[in-house]
Amino acid sequence: MSANKKMLTREINFTLNGSPVQVSVPVAENALIMLREELNLTGTKYGCGEGECGACSILMDGESVNACLMFAVDCDGREIVTVEGLAQDEVNDQLRDAFVEKGAVQCGFCSPGMMIAAKALLDKKPNANRDEIKRGLEGNICRCTGYVKIIDAVAAVSGTNQ
Amino acid sequence: MPTIEKESLIGKRVPKMDAPEKAAGRTRYVHDMNLPGQLIGKILRTDRIHAKILSMDTSAAEALPGVKAVITAKDMPAKMLGLNNDNPPLKGDKVRAERDEIAAVAAITEEIALEALKLIKVEYEDLPTLFDPRESEKEGAPHIQESKDSNVCMEFEYEHGDAAKAETEADFVIEDTFKLHYVTHACMGVSGVIADFDNITGNLTLHSNTQVPFLHKREFSEVLEMDPSRIRIIQPPIGGGFGSKLDIYPFEPIAVILAKKSRCPVKIVFTREEEFMASPTRQPAYINLRSGVKKDGTITSRVFDSLLDNGAYTSWGATIPFVMMQTASSFYRVTDCQYATKAVYTNNPTAGSFRGYGNLQATFAIEQHMDKMAEAVGMDPLEFRLKNAQEAGEVTGQGMHFKTCGFKECLSTAGEKSDFSRKFAENNANRGNGNPVKKGIGMASMLHVGGGAKIYPSDGCGTILKMDDFGHVTILTGASEIGQGSETVLSQLVCEELGVPLSAVTVVNNDTDITPWDVGVHASRTTFIGGNAAIGAAKLAKAKVLESASQVSNIPADQLDMRGGCIVRADDGEVIMQLGKLLRGMHFKDKAELVTTSFYYEPPSVHQDKGFKGDVSAAYAWATHVVEVEVDTETGIVTLDKVTAAHDVGRVLNEMSLEGQIEGGIIMGQGYALTEDLLVKEGRVITPNFRDYKMVTAPEIPEIDLSFIETQDGEGPQGAKGVGEAPSICMAAAVGNAIYNATGVRIYEAPYTPEKVYRALKGAVEAPSMAAE
Ligand code: FES
Ligand code: FES
Repeated sequence: MSANKKMLTREINFTLNGSPVQVSVPVAENALIMLREELNLTGTKYGCGEGECGACSILMDGESVNACLMFAVDCDGREIVTVEGLAQDEVNDQLRDAFVEKGAVQCGFCSPGMMIAAKALLDKKPNANRDEIKRGLEGNICRCTGYVKIIDAVAAVSGTNQ
Repeated sequence: MPTIEKESLIGKRVPKMDAPEKAAGRTRYVHDMNLPGQLIGKILRTDRIHAKILSMDTSAAEALPGVKAVITAKDMPAKMLGLNNDNPPLKGDKVRAERDEIAAVAAITEEIALEALKLIKVEYEDLPTLFDPRESEKEGAPHIQESKDSNVCMEFEYEHGDAAKAETEADFVIEDTFKLHYVTHACMGVSGVIADFDNITGNLTLHSNTQVPFLHKREFSEVLEMDPSRIRIIQPPIGGGFGSKLDIYPFEPIAVILAKKSRCPVKIVFTREEEFMASPTRQPAYINLRSGVKKDGTITSRVFDSLLDNGAYTSWGATIPFVMMQTASSFYRVTDCQYATKAVYTNNPTAGSFRGYGNLQATFAIEQHMDKMAEAVGMDPLEFRLKNAQEAGEVTGQGMHFKTCGFKECLSTAGEKSDFSRKFAENNANRGNGNPVKKGIGMASMLHVGGGAKIYPSDGCGTILKMDDFGHVTILTGASEIGQGSETVLSQLVCEELGVPLSAVTVVNNDTDITPWDVGVHASRTTFIGGNAAIGAAKLAKAKVLESASQVSNIPADQLDMRGGCIVRADDGEVIMQLGKLLRGMHFKDKAELVTTSFYYEPPSVHQDKGFKGDVSAAYAWATHVVEVEVDTETGIVTLDKVTAAHDVGRVLNEMSLEGQIEGGIIMGQGYALTEDLLVKEGRVITPNFRDYKMVTAPEIPEIDLSFIETQDGEGPQGAKGVGEAPSICMAAAVGNAIYNATGVRIYEAPYTPEKVYRALKGAVEAPSMAAE
């Protein structure tokens, strides 16, 4: 059965962190495994594999989605940005610096997903207030921080105190 | 010459040193590592709960192309895991729990490994099961560990004074039974290990998430029957610990034996479902409390009896009574105390160590019981606690010395800032009004170790410090970083001594071949013990540097100081020379090696005696949390609106990290109180995912108002105490008290899920009992 699965591959083309990529992926493989194992982008994390924790968040055409719930082949023709992609673009330095300066990172395992969720939110609502920020991070679990400092970090970028 | 003022990083909001990398997604956790030639290991777990293994056939699995090793119990050395020596890494004769490992496969892909597992055939004969710890001691109960005399795996008894006699002097005697549930660490990074066994040299390198690398090195050598000096443990950054990585679990020796047999590195990483099902839990408990109190509010006696569900194997969880005991005997002034706790075997999941180590359970019971006592004598809960609270200078009946103690300040600070007494009375008065949503306010406090814990013969930590030609400092410490920020705090403490900026410090803390010995990250001990060790090494280095500077400058060493990367005159800060320049000169002189070492053992106080009398820690942490809730009596939904917390932290070293620890602990405590419930039905975890095991998410967090009480502990590094565990401890009790304040209904069983609260309000929840139905 594994042999069968391996044979059923498809070639896809998409933009990954600003550059075009072409990969051949098993049709049943999810996007998280493709990113982590085929493309060696390990910044995107596995936390549950069931769309419940947000550790695997990536941007697809600007929307935050759970890579673990997506088939790799569904990336075809899309624009995908991972946490590594955020780091390449200096417009995101402010957000990352805010995570650091505000103490939003402890073990750091949720941080890549949080960065992606925050980025997606701020792109849509640059002046998001604290309630909007909380809702924007709702799909991302953090076991360490209690969220306060993550919300502080995003609020520092959106310029809100409320 | 320019001058430099003394600049201190102590108490500042210093960002974590590893945060930039982590936020950029660049940190490589064990999950993210792959070694050349690495295989994927998968574990076959039993589909039974309690059964004899009659036969096992692995031939089909072995024949599957791509499979490089299949192992069963007969491939493992005979040594067992666990505190009671009762957990074979692979079970050969008998399985006792859902999680039981019976075989493992290493293959070139995960898919092949999983497919191979399916090809393993096992025949069983089912045995009678035992799921209720209260049944464990009964005549005729199934015997879980056949080599043991009974199902009792650990028993603790302690007393001081004469509780029975003291009870006769009480005006009121209050007795309650409480029940606590299963929760689990649910670290965001699941369990994982890479075993790299070099069959040519015989060296084993483990890339492991352990919190206690040095003790595990020894334990691995025993379990694997290997020379310990051949074992090297490297700790990649850890995706959350909270006590879960304090023990060796079967998957780790399994990975090693797979690596040995296949002659390839083997990586085992759990799925989330496995993590829920097969990693340790917090102990479910029944706790019975009986206390005597006089009309004036003086506590006269306390009898504490509890029963813990240990599961089928013994991990550190069985030793939590040691911590619960302190809360029973010494948290308040209790002149006469009698304490007994038993942990018993069942066919349920194995309980392990978890942040707070039994104190969440003990505090849940004691702090609700305190509210009931206050009510019995007609006192406000705050006033009642203040009357019985410990103070600095107290030596408790158990023999603990509270050299510093901010308990009363914690109580009054949290009480005043939350306006507790007024709101408490107001909510009480409003209970009867027609509004279905009731407001409640509740208080709970806690006592926990704050200066290391004397669990092992030594509670030590070593530090090696070296300075290079440019004034760059490398700290090699045994103290592990698990996300709590130890790296940063240790660096701050060293900067304080050596007057170098944080950017001039590197911390190496993750390799047993390089770093000095340490007991491990647990018991809120790292800042305290690791911090003192680092200060010791820095002080030695400073003395060396200043001695040399004195020779060059002809200024006596005691009139010199190190600031801003320079040697300065201590009184006016005038720069004498650059540190780097001095160091470069020193390196070409005789006996000028700039490596210092230091070791900090727990301070020279004795261990507890056989009757548990004496200190367990060099310092103790205190805290009070006041919570404000809304209880919707029509749905049972309890909303946590606000937490006002005051913590005796000794001294604030890094304000931001400290807030982060406390906020995180508060929210973990909120989960314990309200949402997290690892449901176990007939030995099976039926909530092995985040859909059913409900963790608190961002929109649900309360407003948090934090205060730090600085009692400047004489033994602590710069006066600080450990606080890593403290904040999660008193949340559930405070929420229970608040629900009572809102509704007049006391619910003796956590968690306070909507269903339970709704049913309790309807009078449909029976009070728990220590005796089995
Ligand atoms: S791993 Fe995708 S949501 Fe958890
Ligand atoms: S920082 Fe550890 S899970 Fe968020």
